[in-house]
Amino acid sequence: MKFGVVQFPGSNCDFDTLYALQNVMKSPTVLLWHKDHDLQGVDCVVLPGGFSYGDYLRSGAIARFSPLMQEVKAFARKGGHVLGICNGFQILLELGLLPGAMIRNKNLKFLCRHVHIRIENEKTAFTRAGRKGQVLRIPIAHFDGNYYAPARVLKDMERHGQIVFRYCDAAGNITEEANVNGSLGNIAGIRNRESNVLGLMPHPERAAEALLGSEDGRTIFASLILSLGRRKPARRPVRRERARHD
Amino acid sequence: MIDKKTLDQHGLTEGEYGLIVGMIGREPNLTELGIFSVMWSEHCGYKSSRIHLKKLPTEGKRVVQGPGENAGILDIGDGQVIVFKIESHNHPSYIEPYQGAATGVGGILRDIFTMGARPIAVLDSLRFGPPDDPKNRSVMEGVVSGIAGYGNSIGVPTVGGEVYFNPCYNLNPLVNVFCLGLADKDKIFYAKAEGSGNKVLYVGAKTGRDGIHGATMASAEFGKETEHKRPNVQVGDPFKEKLLLEACLEVMDRGLIVGIQDMGAAGLTCSTTEMAAKGGMGIVVDLDKVPQREAGMTPYEILLSESQERMLLVATPEKVRAVQAVFAKWDLDAPVIGEVVEGGRARISLKGEVVVDIPVDAVVNLCPAYRRPSQAPAAPVGGTALPALLLPQDYDDVFLKLLASPTIADKEWVFRQYDHMVQVNTVFLPGADAALLRIKGSKKALAMTLDGNSLYTQLDPKTGAKIAVAEACRNLACIGARPIGVTNCLNFGNPEKPEVMWQFEQAVDGLAEACRAFDIPVTGGNVSFYNDTEGLSIHPTPVLGIVGILDDIRKAVSPGFKAAGDVVVLIGENREELGGSEYLRVVHDLEAGAPPSIDLEREKRHQEFCLDAIEAGLVRSAHDLSEGGLAVALAECAFHGRKKIGCSIALEDSIRPDTLLFGETQSRILMTCRKKDLDNLRELARRKEVPARAVGETGGTEIAVEHRGRKLLRLPVEKAFQVWKDALPNFFKVRI
Repeated sequence: MKFGVVQFPGSNCDFDTLYALQNVMKSPTVLLWHKDHDLQGVDCVVLPGGFSYGDYLRSGAIARFSPLMQEVKAFARKGGHVLGICNGFQILLELGLLPGAMIRNKNLKFLCRHVHIRIENEKTAFTRAGRKGQVLRIPIAHFDGNYYAPARVLKDMERHGQIVFRYCDAAGNITEEANVNGSLGNIAGIRNRESNVLGLMPHPERAAEALLGSEDGRTIFASLILSLGRRKPARRPVRRERARHD
Repeated sequence: MIDKKTLDQHGLTEGEYGLIVGMIGREPNLTELGIFSVMWSEHCGYKSSRIHLKKLPTEGKRVVQGPGENAGILDIGDGQVIVFKIESHNHPSYIEPYQGAATGVGGILRDIFTMGARPIAVLDSLRFGPPDDPKNRSVMEGVVSGIAGYGNSIGVPTVGGEVYFNPCYNLNPLVNVFCLGLADKDKIFYAKAEGSGNKVLYVGAKTGRDGIHGATMASAEFGKETEHKRPNVQVGDPFKEKLLLEACLEVMDRGLIVGIQDMGAAGLTCSTTEMAAKGGMGIVVDLDKVPQREAGMTPYEILLSESQERMLLVATPEKVRAVQAVFAKWDLDAPVIGEVVEGGRARISLKGEVVVDIPVDAVVNLCPAYRRPSQAPAAPVGGTALPALLLPQDYDDVFLKLLASPTIADKEWVFRQYDHMVQVNTVFLPGADAALLRIKGSKKALAMTLDGNSLYTQLDPKTGAKIAVAEACRNLACIGARPIGVTNCLNFGNPEKPEVMWQFEQAVDGLAEACRAFDIPVTGGNVSFYNDTEGLSIHPTPVLGIVGILDDIRKAVSPGFKAAGDVVVLIGENREELGGSEYLRVVHDLEAGAPPSIDLEREKRHQEFCLDAIEAGLVRSAHDLSEGGLAVALAECAFHGRKKIGCSIALEDSIRPDTLLFGETQSRILMTCRKKDLDNLRELARRKEVPARAVGETGGTEIAVEHRGRKLLRLPVEKAFQVWKDALPNFFKVRI
């Protein structure tokens, strides 16, 4: 399978995500330029973290108008897998591929630290390498990660198992203290109803190597590789892709 | 007509004006005077410091580029170099804390990537007045948010630094920003305009009226009217800089340009004249082609604007299109505004009329240097002898007071706001003795630290400066890194005051001596004078940024105790030294005495031993003793790991118990090792002639220290930790 990491102007976790997928997970990965219209036959689109367009308006509000995002939207509608990390999650919300919105962290400060998140739904293409209730230690780094959705939407999401990660303590308890940014229901990550689009605030690419303090983020990438690995790339033959990356 | 008043407004003396007239052969017009005023300001021209800075050692086998360029460059092997520098943004940060600090980050980042290096780490040394004063809190909140706002957005991690508090910074905070970048050795770029007929391109933000005379502002004392200077502070746009960074690195990587210079202090003036002077060429510039934010700007304003996020490039005519295509990809314009010419003059025109015509060499290289009068204070600043001090009754109480002192307390409130992990290289999070970054694709790692105790330099500038170097190197040694190079930021008061000049000379002498002793070259830095507000000077504050290298990152050691049952080993001796200590300041309200003594040869021996012991795999944790002495170092080791571990220590030294616990004698390191390794560690110490003794054991839930059979300290780790952790956040409404 092949990953594609989208580069917006102002993305700053694009190279980190590329490194984690290509060098750590050893999975073929390409960078996708936001002005292009070509998804280069990838099986999974990753929208990385950063400050697309400086985030001077609402986070992610301008990136959704990038030319490539029309393709990403169509790709997702056809069932293609899309992962949004941090700013990528915010863009997915602005794009309408995921429900809800982000507001400023409850303490009104940027926060960078390791947090614990609990896998609430292990039956997704993004979490199948993990267990239900498993606690992952992954860093966050954001200003607008305080998840909000109207009560009706939230209830609907609960019913359909769309809440995939919640902030918890080291033992896996969902507590107010563990809710670092004030998100409704301690929500750290959600999927769409069809389960092919997932957004999360923590950065799995920063938790992919023991040297950097945690390998827990690999669970998410490994799940995707497990889920999509055997599928042929959408447009280009497998052999040609392999050759390009060897 | 230039009169005395105009000269005063431009910070130029009549003597300097005479020099200018002599060099250009006529009276300058106002625009030309403005150019000389900024380029010959203390900030750009190093008038008062230049002759003294020559004393610093600048050579070494790794040095690729020493002082004089945008940043220093050292060879780290495998075809790679590091590019690094520290710079101050003190004055702007007081007037407008958020933008002052933010543009400080933006400016130093440009200094690094203009040389072809991708910035991979930022560290800051911040100094504020005590946080119980709301004005100081507001400055601190603004500065921290500004650093976060710029660094987080552009995606360069802020991996460490230091925060000190002292009343001397009440009206004059210090914001010193260090940045380090990584480049391929064969792709370094310089600020040189070479090749007659080559085109000069302007890239980045449009030029506005902001920041005019920023450099001149930073070269004078502040009075009560600083509010009026707010328009002199520039406004940062990290998004624009991110685009500029990517586009510049791309044109450099593809070899499309000849030279490049960022527009920092003195903007277009500085970049055009410096590039021409370094290339031994002249330059013509058409100001009509300069992108402008507003209509009707005068040549004076366009040339002296310090609008941020701008760069100047030189490219051969046939590559201009390719360069412009790269910038277009990143949504940036790159108009040609001029040309490199023979003749060594800068000829600048607006609407067809020549508005500036001056020799670049005069502007850039002929700024006068002064040996300003210096005078030692009549009596030592802090007195020589300390008054007889009563011993504390309750050492636990004193210990908690020190842990709660803002200078010693946990700085998490600050570094949580910085993205310290982006770029996925950060191995040690902020809070360790030094920042540690891996180099992707290699076993090597880079360590870096900022240091400078201004209480010591206030009491004895020379000794204080030596200690700053020694301690920064010790920080590196404690994680297993060998120092390879230095950059420094020298923050002082008004150099026209003979006592300040004396402090400066003494400090530079101390730095030179210490850098020679450690055999580390100074590759650049920055001098910030005129840190005086309303007539009061700050403590002399040299801040040292030292970079170290580890050959094998797996051997790096962190300060936290690793497990119960390890032996605690103290390297060095405890002496009866209390002068300049945080204990005296916090508990006895005294900034007095002589700072701790420093023997550089001994210091070096201890550090070599530490490095060898780490290399041999004998050390489980190592931490240097600094502010707050042995007791605070023990606490920091107990707090640092993910699991807190206590310790019990027994000491027999025949010195005062308060000195033993809180004295700041130099050259000491606290290590732990496995019991089975103790003999080997001792043997290594004996061979290296380094005093090393087992003083206790890790484990338990208390920090306990016994002195000659008497229990001095006995505190639950958790209680001490809470005091240390809560001290700084308690000053602020918003907890993190």
